[in-house]
Parts: sequence; C-alpha cells; structure tokens
Amino acid sequence: MILRFNSCFCALALLFVLISSEQTVAQVDTFEFDNDVQQQRFRTLSDELRCPMCQNTNLSGSTGGVAEDLRREIHRMILEGMSDREIEQFMFERYGDFIFYRPRLTAQTVLLWFGPIIFLLIGGLVARSVFRRAREVGETEVALNDDQKARLNKLVGNK
Amino acid sequence: MSNLKFYIPAVAFLAIAGLLWRGLYLDTRTLPSMLIDKPMPSFALATVDGEAVSNIDLPDQIFLLNVWGSYCLPCLVEHPTFMRLSEEGEIPVVGVNYKDRNELAQDWLETNGNPFSFSIEDLDGRFGIDLGVYGAPETYLVDSDGVIRYRHVSVLDETVWQEEFIPAITELRAESN
Amino acid sequence: MIPELGQFSLILAFCLSILLGTLPIIGAARNNVLWMSLARPLAAGVFVFLGLSIGILAYAFATDDFSVQIVAAQSNSLLPMHYKLTALWGGHEGSFLLWTFMLSGWMLAVSIYSKSMPIEFVSRVLGVLGVLCVAYILFMLATSNPFMRIVPLPPADGSDLNTALQDFGFIVHPPTLYMGYVGFSVVFAFAIAALLSGRLDAAWARWSRPWANIAWAVLTIGIALGSWWAYYELGWGGWWAWDPVENPPLITWLFGTALIHSLAVTEKRGVFKSWTVLLAILAFSGSLLGTFITRSGLLTSVHAFATDPTRGVFILGILGLAVGGSLLLYAFRAPLMKSEFGFGLVSREVFLLTNNVLLVVAAASVFLGTLFPMVYQALTDDLISIGPPYFNFIFVPLMIILVLFLGVGPMSRWKRTSTAYLFQQVAKLAIASLVIGVVLPLLVLFEFSLAATVSVALAAWIVLTMGKDIANKIANKDSVAKGLRSLPLSYYGMQTAHIGVAIMLIGIGLTSYFSSERSVLLNPGESVELGSYSFQFEGSEAFRGPNYIGDRATFLVSRNGNSLPSLYPERRIYLASGTPSTEMAIDAGFLRDLFITLGEEKEGGGWTMTVYVKPFIRWIWLGSIFMALGGTVAAFDKRYRRLRQRKSAQEKEQLGALQPTAT
Repeated sequence: MILRFNSCFCALALLFVLISSEQTVAQVDTFEFDNDVQQQRFRTLSDELRCPMCQNTNLSGSTGGVAEDLRREIHRMILEGMSDREIEQFMFERYGDFIFYRPRLTAQTVLLWFGPIIFLLIGGLVARSVFRRAREVGETEVALNDDQKARLNKLVGNK
Repeated sequence: MSNLKFYIPAVAFLAIAGLLWRGLYLDTRTLPSMLIDKPMPSFALATVDGEAVSNIDLPDQIFLLNVWGSYCLPCLVEHPTFMRLSEEGEIPVVGVNYKDRNELAQDWLETNGNPFSFSIEDLDGRFGIDLGVYGAPETYLVDSDGVIRYRHVSVLDETVWQEEFIPAITELRAESN
Repeated sequence: MIPELGQFSLILAFCLSILLGTLPIIGAARNNVLWMSLARPLAAGVFVFLGLSIGILAYAFATDDFSVQIVAAQSNSLLPMHYKLTALWGGHEGSFLLWTFMLSGWMLAVSIYSKSMPIEFVSRVLGVLGVLCVAYILFMLATSNPFMRIVPLPPADGSDLNTALQDFGFIVHPPTLYMGYVGFSVVFAFAIAALLSGRLDAAWARWSRPWANIAWAVLTIGIALGSWWAYYELGWGGWWAWDPVENPPLITWLFGTALIHSLAVTEKRGVFKSWTVLLAILAFSGSLLGTFITRSGLLTSVHAFATDPTRGVFILGILGLAVGGSLLLYAFRAPLMKSEFGFGLVSREVFLLTNNVLLVVAAASVFLGTLFPMVYQALTDDLISIGPPYFNFIFVPLMIILVLFLGVGPMSRWKRTSTAYLFQQVAKLAIASLVIGVVLPLLVLFEFSLAATVSVALAAWIVLTMGKDIANKIANKDSVAKGLRSLPLSYYGMQTAHIGVAIMLIGIGLTSYFSSERSVLLNPGESVELGSYSFQFEGSEAFRGPNYIGDRATFLVSRNGNSLPSLYPERRIYLASGTPSTEMAIDAGFLRDLFITLGEEKEGGGWTMTVYVKPFIRWIWLGSIFMALGGTVAAFDKRYRRLRQRKSAQEKEQLGALQPTAT
C-alpha cells in the first residue's frame, strides 16, 4: 500500500516536470523576498515544518507534491505580512501537531520537554550517592596494600 | 532494602518493552484529519468541465468528496467502487481533481467513466491544502450540513466501503433523524 | 540446489550455536574442562557455517539467481557487479544474515585473542555470544529466511536495488555500522560472563577495555559514514537529521562513550563496578533497539525496511530475553560487587562520573525524543513530530558542559586533586580559549556568530588544556622526546580522540552557522552568485549509464574570477524501476564544500537547482576519524598485550582473593 502510494507521488513529481510551463526571466530565485529577514523566516519555517506526505523530512528537504505547495503558501503568507505564529496556526488547522518538528508545549508534551531535566536531576542524585558512599569508604580507607598491588601487577602482567 | 535499587533498571526496561509492544500495533502512517467536524473549507473554483462552482453547489445531503488525479494509480484501483456507488445512486460523489492537467483529467474520465456529480479542479493544490490533503487518493464523508465527518486515506475499495463508510453513514443518518 | 545448501549451512550454524550457547556455560558452572574447551571450536564452527551461508547468498546475487526471493526483490541483471554483491544487505533478510555473520566474526576474534584469560571466563563469554547467535538464527529461520525461493515460476529479472542505495556509501556504511553495533555484544558478553561468575574485578575491566574501545571506534566510523553518505546522497545539505533510525546508533554510541570512560575508572581504581556493568548492558540494548526500530517499522523514518509485525514481535522477544534477563541477573549480582575505594570531591573519579552522568542523560533524552511520538499516539490517538529543533535544544547544552569538563578531566588526578592547583592550571587557558573563540571566526569569516564563537572556544579549550597537560607530564623528563616516549599509548589514544572532539566541534559550529544556499532557475549561459563563488550553468545533456538514463548539467565554478573545478550534477531515471534520482555534484574541500543539486528541467533547457556553500563540513567526519583512531590506539596499549602472554591456573585463583573488602 505504502509502496503504491509512493509511486503515485513519484508520478506526481514527474508530472510536474512535464506540466510546468511558466516562462521565466534570467536567474530567478525560486522564491523572492523583499528583504533578508523574510528570507530567513522562510528558511526557518520550511526547516521546522514537516512534509506531511514524506517519510521523515522537512519542507525544505523535499521536492514536489504537497511540500512544494506548502512552501509556496509560506512564501505567499510571508509576503502578505503574516506573522510566524499566524503561519503556524494556518498549518496547524490543516495538518495538526504532526507538521511541527518543534513540538508545542502542551499538557501532553510536558514530559517530553522537561524529561531531560528530570534525567539530569536523577543523574545528579545517583552521582551524589555514589560519591557519598565513596567518601564513607574513603574515611576508612581501604585500598590495595603494597603486597596486594604487587600481586595484581604480577597477575595482569604489568611491570 | 538498599539492594532493591538494583531492580530499577529491570523495572524501567519492563515498562519500555511494554510500550514498544504497544507501539507495534499503532498505525503511524495515517495522519488523522484536522477537519473532522469542521465545515467544508470555502472555495470558488471551476469544474473539470469548466463551470464555476462554490460551496453552494455541493449536494445538500450526505456525500463523498474524493480527491483524485489522472497520474494516480491507486485512484484507478478504487475507481470501480465509485462507479458502482454512483450508478446505483447510493450516495453522490463529488471529485476534487488534485494537481492534474485538464486534458489528462478529461481523458481519464472519458476512458474510465465518470462517477462524479462534478469534479472541482484544483490545479495548484491550494484547495487541497485547505482540506489538509497530503496525496491522492483521499476520500471525505461530508454530512448534509456540509460538515466533514470522516476521512479515509488511500484506496477506498469495497471492503473499506463496507467496513468503514457504511457504519459511519448509518450513524450519520440516525443522527439526523 | 545451491541456495538450499546455504539454508542447510545456516541450519548447521544454528545447531552448533545451540551447543555453544549451552555446553560451555554449563561446563563453567560445573567446572567441566572438557565442555569448556568446546567453546573455541564451536565458535569457529558457527563462523565457518555462517560464512558459507552468506557466501552462497552472495553467489546467488552474483549469478542473478532470481528464483531466490530476495535476489528478485533487491537485484537486477543490469546492476553492476559491486552493487549486485552489496544488494545482499539491501533488504531485511540479507542484512540480518550479515549482522549475524559479523557477530560470529567477533566471536571468532574473541576465541583467538583470549589466550590470556581463564578458560571458564572465555567459555562464558563465548557461551553468551552463542546464545545471541541462537536467537538471531532462529529469527531468520522462523520469520525472515534469506534463502526463500519463488516457485514454480521465478521472474525473468529482478525488480532492482533501491536507487538511493546504488552508491558507494551503501557499500561501506551498513557493514561498518553493524560491525560496531555487534561489537558491543562482545562487551556485553564480557559483562554477563563476569556477572555469571560473580566476580567483577579490575581484571575483568582490563580484559573488556580493548574490545570496548575497538567496538566504539568502529561504531564511530560507521555512524560517520552514514552521516557522510546521507549528506552527499540525499542532497538536502544536512549531515544529521535526528531520524528515528539514526538515533539508536547515537544512543549506543553515547552509552559506549560513557562505558569506555567508566571502564577506565574500574580498571584503574576498582570503583563504579556495577555502574560499568550496567553501561555495558545499556550499550548492547541500544544496538538491539536500533535493530528493532529499523526492522519492525515502529517509527516513521526515511530508511525503514518493509515492515512485518511478526518480525517486530520476535525481535522484541529477543530484546526482552536478552536485556530483561541480563538486567535481572544484574539486580541479583550487583549488590555483591561492592568494593569501594575512596575519592575526594575534586578528583578524576568525580570528573569521569560527571562525564558518565552527562552522556547517559544525553542518551536517555535522545531515547525519549525518539520514542515519545509513540507514547503520544498511544495516549492521544494523534500524531506528533519530534525533530531537529527539539533534539538540538536538549543535546547541545549537554555537550557544551561535557566539553568544559573534558578539558579539566585529563589534568585532574585520581583520588584527590587540589582545587587551587586545577584552577591555577586552567584559568589562563580558559581566558585564552574565549579570546580565540571570539577572534578566530572573525578573522577567517568576517562575521560574528554565537555558535561559531562557542564551538571555536570549546575546541581551543580542548587543545590548550591538552597541550598544558602534556607539558606538565613531560616537564621533569630529561628531554621532550624522552618525555613524549614515556607517555603510554593509551594516553595518546585518549588525547587523539579528544582532538577529534575539538575538530568535530569546529566543523559543527561553523557549518551550521555559516552555510549558505540558494534555489534558483537558470537557463544555459546564466550564472548565480553565492558569497564569493560564482556558478555558471553551461547547459545539460542527456546521457546513458549502465542501468539508468539521465541528464548531466555542466557548471563552471569560479571564485573572485579564479576558476575552480567544474561541477556536473545529474538527474537520473533508473530503468528497472523508473525511479528518478538526483545525484548532486560536490567540490569537496578542507575548508569548504561547494555543491549543486538539480531540481527539474523547465522549457528551453533551464533547470531549477539549489547551490550550497558549506564551510568546514568535512571537519565533522575528520573529527570522527580522529576519535576512532584514538580508540584504536588506546586498545593497543602495552598492558593489554602483556596480559596475553601468561597466566597460570593458580594465579587465576588468587585474583579473587585480591578483592578488597570494606570494613
């Protein structure tokens, strides 16, 4: 099923090659902007939005099909003066949370965003307990005595 | 007591393994539609035959909206189902000719038969974006108030029709009575 | 007939690995020398029959035997010979056979290079690996037989190797990655053998270390090759996508990195024993998890195999038994292994402990981000995407902190280091690094960016502290040369790997900030400027390759009027499958890459295309090479070789008595 799907998209991409008929002037950027800020916003948005039909790539990383259309829409909306937030809302209304590579912070994603901090806390606690135990041992210092060291070295063949 | 902590990794692993097992049976590829229970997006476009259409031209009963294209092989697979539905008058089917070329679309309809009341021509895929389409074929079930109630992605064959659409339509009909 | 021989050979390998997975372990438990001595010959037998099996499969690919299902699915008569052979691992069944064969290769290596270890330990190690072989071969025989035939009517020709895989990267990346992945099974087997014997001592850590280092080095190269391949083949200008299939190797690598550091502490100081064992288990789990994710189609990814839930359930079963079982064994045995030595708050032990915490937290976070979409879907029935913005946000700060400690760690001393001493050593270096970080990118690139400053400053920090450390270490020697000679190989290994980190940091920092790209439509004769580079499109012409047709475009490249090598990007259509594919053209350089990808042909010979300039991107992979080199060099330290030379049964007995007991 998935395979057939893909071949359908490939056909779509091929079709694009066949049907595009726009005549163009010399050296046209695929999307032109009024200024660099817009250009940068366009790049960030198409980097951080996921192509809904692809396996796992962002809009800027895929050619043809709906990714191309969505890039064109972003371009249009930026030129129309819409803010990033409004553009994201536009995408959300049509494709849902799936389209964002940067998941929004909601009740369901709290664990995702704060998970690493929790891990760090756990790691810190574990490290502290290891250290504390070590200090207890350290006070009653037990290490290999010279004789034992010599035997270990002899055993594992050091020096 | 302090030795119990050495069981933590095993317990954590058990939880993760359970999760992975659950994950095996999730369908990660079918994106749920955001338009369920939302009205059909508004449009003013031409049909494949060149007539102007907008929302008011949509059937005022329960109908199917099928996104298709002449380039799309799976569309050919589901085509007989739509032919039967329209011939038997079971439900009206409106087409969305998604990102196609007019001549190719007309040829396709002529060769294979036209099950659609009319086909909205969406040359640049703009209407498709409003619908949240990510590739043909997709089929939407729209109720008599013009509200989208169900979406099926990929081929709609007789099995899908029987198992997914008939129950959904029955429910809709019961609701409106 | 010949493929059936392959199948038969696989079954023989299965039978032998059942013996290998049982007799030596039981022998070790009962002190039965005869059963233990079977371990080595059995391991060799498994290797031979798996080798025969994979050789026969390769022969089927080479001779276009399309009656074999996977040959028909993954190969084609037009395919050049080197791709026919490598098409073997272009699908699930063949690649799993390769994976298992590599495990048997590691097994053979262990049985050869373990002369110095006690026989019961070697038996346990090989026995554990044998159990893994049993599980893997059973999995193949039950759900994914590579020798399955198409009867009675085999197709006249095969449906071709996926066009994205017809590339040099595909020849080298999967085997290297598998080799590294599977290498951690060896370290895992050492850990389990130690748990089984109930003896986790400094000797165990010393035996494991070279293996862990080599596995880690190979995995480093495997991941780097994957990144390099994705960069030039997929042509989207990136080198790491945080894809669900890329993440498990990274998770394994992070655990592995923590492990090789922790093993150092265990070997030198006899602390962190149970923690080190846990890391060995975790690194191995990472590798199995990667297999599971790729082969079950659990997560949507760019490089998933065709999916089949029964396979997923089977691998999950293997994962459950191997990892679950070993974690339980760990829970029983770990409490017995405490033999602590003391160390102060500022000591090399604490720095390495910090290193471990940071690496494990990073691994756990990547794991969380990779699997979270599944949790989310199970809870809400909705799909969510977690991509580079999330991972970078979490990962980058952790790595920055890690590198700060990396500078100080090697300078610190075991047990206790005076804070004042450390501070006096590094204070000036820290300031110098900061200055270099600010000034250097400005001088070279005439632009300021935080990313570049941070990465260059951190790289400078690594290099400066390293220089200082070496200077300190040889200060009281007669001459510099003598001093340098006196430092052990493992020290050089460590510093080489750390330099690798510095090089990679510069690559990542500069390429992610200073890369530029431009998407344009050019007609023949037109050109596009990007930075100081100019790309002139001369036109495109149709041509024919061995199994594809395509268009090749010609670009004249120049910089400030000086011409550079021309670039010839291609757009291909593969004949067997009709799949289009883009071959980007790269002018690779030490300081920058230039590349062009073709989009679509427009009327009048024009093409849409994207041109890129990527400064310092090569440094990312150069850094990986240094890391791998460092890991390998350290594995060849004298003390591991001496260890091979002698060992008597009596001395082995004494090792146990060396365990100090805390009072």
